[in-house]
Amino acid sequence: MPSIKIPRKSTATDMTPFVDVAFLILSFFMLATKFKPPEPAPISTPKSVSADQLTEENAVLVEFDSTGRVFFSMSVKKPEHERLKRTLIETINTSKNLGLTEAEIRSFERNTVIGVPFRELKATLAIPPDDRYKKLPAGIPTDSTNNELAEWITTAKSTFYNESRSMQVFYMIKGDNNAVYPSFDGVVEAMRRADQFSYKLVTDPKEAPAGSELYRQRQQARGASVTP
Amino acid sequence: MADIDVGSDGGGHKKGPGVKKAKKLSTRVDMTPMVDLGFLLITFFIFTTTMSTPNTMALNVPKKTEDEDKRIDVKESNALTIMLGKSSEANPGLYYYLGQLEADGSNFKTSNFADIRQVIVDKRKEVMSRHLHENSCQEIQQKAKDKNKPNWQNACLDKDFVVVIKPNKEAKYGRTIDVLDEMAINDVKAFAVVDITPQENELIIKTQGGK
Repeated sequence: MPSIKIPRKSTATDMTPFVDVAFLILSFFMLATKFKPPEPAPISTPKSVSADQLTEENAVLVEFDSTGRVFFSMSVKKPEHERLKRTLIETINTSKNLGLTEAEIRSFERNTVIGVPFRELKATLAIPPDDRYKKLPAGIPTDSTNNELAEWITTAKSTFYNESRSMQVFYMIKGDNNAVYPSFDGVVEAMRRADQFSYKLVTDPKEAPAGSELYRQRQQARGASVTP
Repeated sequence: MADIDVGSDGGGHKKGPGVKKAKKLSTRVDMTPMVDLGFLLITFFIFTTTMSTPNTMALNVPKKTEDEDKRIDVKESNALTIMLGKSSEANPGLYYYLGQLEADGSNFKTSNFADIRQVIVDKRKEVMSRHLHENSCQEIQQKAKDKNKPNWQNACLDKDFVVVIKPNKEAKYGRTIDVLDEMAINDVKAFAVVDITPQENELIIKTQGGK
């Protein structure tokens, strides 16, 4: 019996376009990516309609997570101001008599995120910066009797001020959606004690709800820019 | 699936005895590992990347002052007080009253985020309509108009309306921000976050306990 021969077709497909696309996307992500800064605790920020972008500036950032642990960190815009971080920790070191070693000071310079009270600061800085907060820290106290955060902010403020009077420094608060109000109040109180009355709250963007006053204004502004 | 292609099958060549042809090597390379690696890297970058840049909301708070002269008095009829308590999925924990709180708490009302916007809008309109009669701010309006501000008609009229926000100890930070956001949404110029009074706190707890 003659058997019907089915021609064997090669299952091999040409992968080249596939590779092209893959690497195109890859290069896009490589260029567009900006690594998440190390976060001591996961914080999901609330949403707001505010349109101000968060920019890389000289900044003092206070974070608090859902359980109310408070973290302090500072960032500088220009590389030549990196030494301000050193000035800050040295000032704290002297005023609080912490007795930090050179290595510990360097550790702070590499990662300025602080989430412990002053008495634990030396021990925490002794840990390498990358695994400093593997174990969740206690957070900086913001109670009315012992508001250590206020001292951090005051010191950072004077550090920036002594460097240049005209330097613009942003004070930012990044809080978790589910944190209770008193943790925010503690941070506000610390800012107040540091004589800082204007700051920015970090939020996720959201559209203005349709029909509201802000929506109307934004539509108007958009319309005005199209037809001048 | 991709195959590993080692040689061509030399279709069409006659292979006579003694004719030794150099083996033709295919130039085709197996791309599969390369694709694998490419996509692995893509996934890595997708996960590590932060696409949406966060926004910031500016907040200015007043200095705490004991000096009575420097305090700003708010007309009772121009004020709306929004209070925040413990919230859950079903209960947003939002309360408000207009003007001054009655001693018996009769004007203390429970609300939610959908309704509070209307309350703010209505109160704002009411305050603004009353201001119109004073007829003292045409100059300010003209200035705002010259500067091409989007809502110059409202300039000066809306400055009297004050919203007082009072979160209690159990209120969520996120809900507080939502209320602050309502201020931006409804173009409220004057608002303040203030500590809650014991009477208001009791009313909130009583309302929540009753449910």
